[in-house]
Amino acid sequence: MDGDMTRREYVSILGGTVGSAALGVPLAADIAPAAAGADAVPLTVHINGSEQRLAIDPRMTLLDLLRERLDLTGTKKGCDHGQCGACTVLVNGRRINSCLSLAVCHDGDQVTSIEGLAQGGELQAIQAAFIEHDGFQCGYCTPGQICSAVALLAEVRHGDASFVTPGLQRLRPVELTDDEIRERMSGNICRCGAYPGIVAAVQTAARESGSATRTKGKPR
Amino acid sequence: MNPFQYQRAADIAGAIQSMRPGCKFLAGGTNLVDLMKNGVEKPAALIDLNRVAMSAIEPLPEGGLRLGAMARNSDTANHPAVRQNYPLLAQAILSGASPQLRNLASNGGNLLQRTRCPYFMDAAFPQCNKRAPGTGCGAIDGLHRNHAIFGASDECIAVHPSDLCVALAALEASVRVRGRNGERRIPIGDFHRLPGSTPELDTNLKPDELILSIDLPSSPYAAHSHYLKVRDRASYEFALVSVAAALELEDGAIRSARIVLGGVALKPWRVAAAEQALIGKPPGSAWFEKAGQEAVAGARPLRQNAFKVDLVRRGVARALGNAGGLA
Repeated sequence: MDGDMTRREYVSILGGTVGSAALGVPLAADIAPAAAGADAVPLTVHINGSEQRLAIDPRMTLLDLLRERLDLTGTKKGCDHGQCGACTVLVNGRRINSCLSLAVCHDGDQVTSIEGLAQGGELQAIQAAFIEHDGFQCGYCTPGQICSAVALLAEVRHGDASFVTPGLQRLRPVELTDDEIRERMSGNICRCGAYPGIVAAVQTAARESGSATRTKGKPR
Repeated sequence: MNPFQYQRAADIAGAIQSMRPGCKFLAGGTNLVDLMKNGVEKPAALIDLNRVAMSAIEPLPEGGLRLGAMARNSDTANHPAVRQNYPLLAQAILSGASPQLRNLASNGGNLLQRTRCPYFMDAAFPQCNKRAPGTGCGAIDGLHRNHAIFGASDECIAVHPSDLCVALAALEASVRVRGRNGERRIPIGDFHRLPGSTPELDTNLKPDELILSIDLPSSPYAAHSHYLKVRDRASYEFALVSVAAALELEDGAIRSARIVLGGVALKPWRVAAAEQALIGKPPGSAWFEKAGQEAVAGARPLRQNAFKVDLVRRGVARALGNAGGLA
């Protein structure tokens, strides 16, 4: 690739407008003409700690706002229908699918995307653990996986149960077995199948952050 | 996505006043926004409820628990009062979707979610009486492996996708709604409609009515309940068949039972005959299997989904066994 051209610029020149049609995924650019039109809605939202005052087309999802308007392309568009989890970001500390949430619903919210996790060039423990355990191959689902894992650790610290947590009636600390991690990460699909590395990365980060003790789950 | 007017509602009164024909309330959006992308839903305006104070979960003065319509599925499932007194509901919610979807999805929205029938979800299919009344049903002569075996009609054989609603039906919840003409309660069993000759109507909610809360009566079933979900993969998947089973035991006998099926009809399918068959009986596999047989009486499977009859029969017995602590 020539000079300072980013991968994104290269792809956009190469594919032009045909790219989105060929992928079968509508890019936000397809609806961009109305973005600054008469129906634009004012929105103030805090993205990775910085306040953004915007006027946007109400059809724009939070995902498209991040990628197409703010050039925060770390968050990925996989299915655009809430079935893959590639678009997972944190809103007020909670993980959501940004593809199914209209940006206008987030007035005043604090949004954290993958770009906002590292502090001062220092990776978060879960980011380092993904590298240590090869929790990815192609990397496309990874930003969503990592944002999801950050929230998972917070949910476990909070004592939230999952479908595989035994004895829902007993409110007690979560024992973070491999089964628990698989269930809690099930909203993030990895088509490379890096799941064993992802489970190991979450276990490592949980241990380092003191979220839970490591326990071996039942083999499946 | 079609253009629409966007409005942020500040409170309940304002939201109801803003409602006009062709408009929709917007809660979590996990279903509505998806259907708008597909061109299945084309509201003229969205009235955003996300800043309306309707997310409290609080005890009712007469006993029971009120679940705010805007409380998120995740907060509902992990509320201490839900986990301790209504574990069936917690289990059902946690069986559905994914953590990030449950963080967005609201309780009211879960009641109003639409079928996942592919002929409905994809506007490219010419036939769907629910999406475009009068066009026919693509599923009856098409793919219907995951369609209804109870309560379907010649017009529509879709199923309701909710897990939460199946548990609500077992707990005899009521839905508190308000419109321009005031407030009323709809028992959960009367909330959803069977397709009949009007498959385009999912519920008995009037167009101007807003769901305020889901009210749970106090329950004698906390100690013995189970939500069984049978699906094509172990997580993040809709049910082929689900069973909400609950037993009230007294002196070694079954005093009352609740058995509701999911994934088999356009509404949670309560099987009163199966419940009745258990009253006064000792909990045990013989009677649970009998209840399973009662549960499939009247099933009308199609070519591709006869397997659901066996799944229901055996699923009911297994869910009851788990509920009774016999598994």
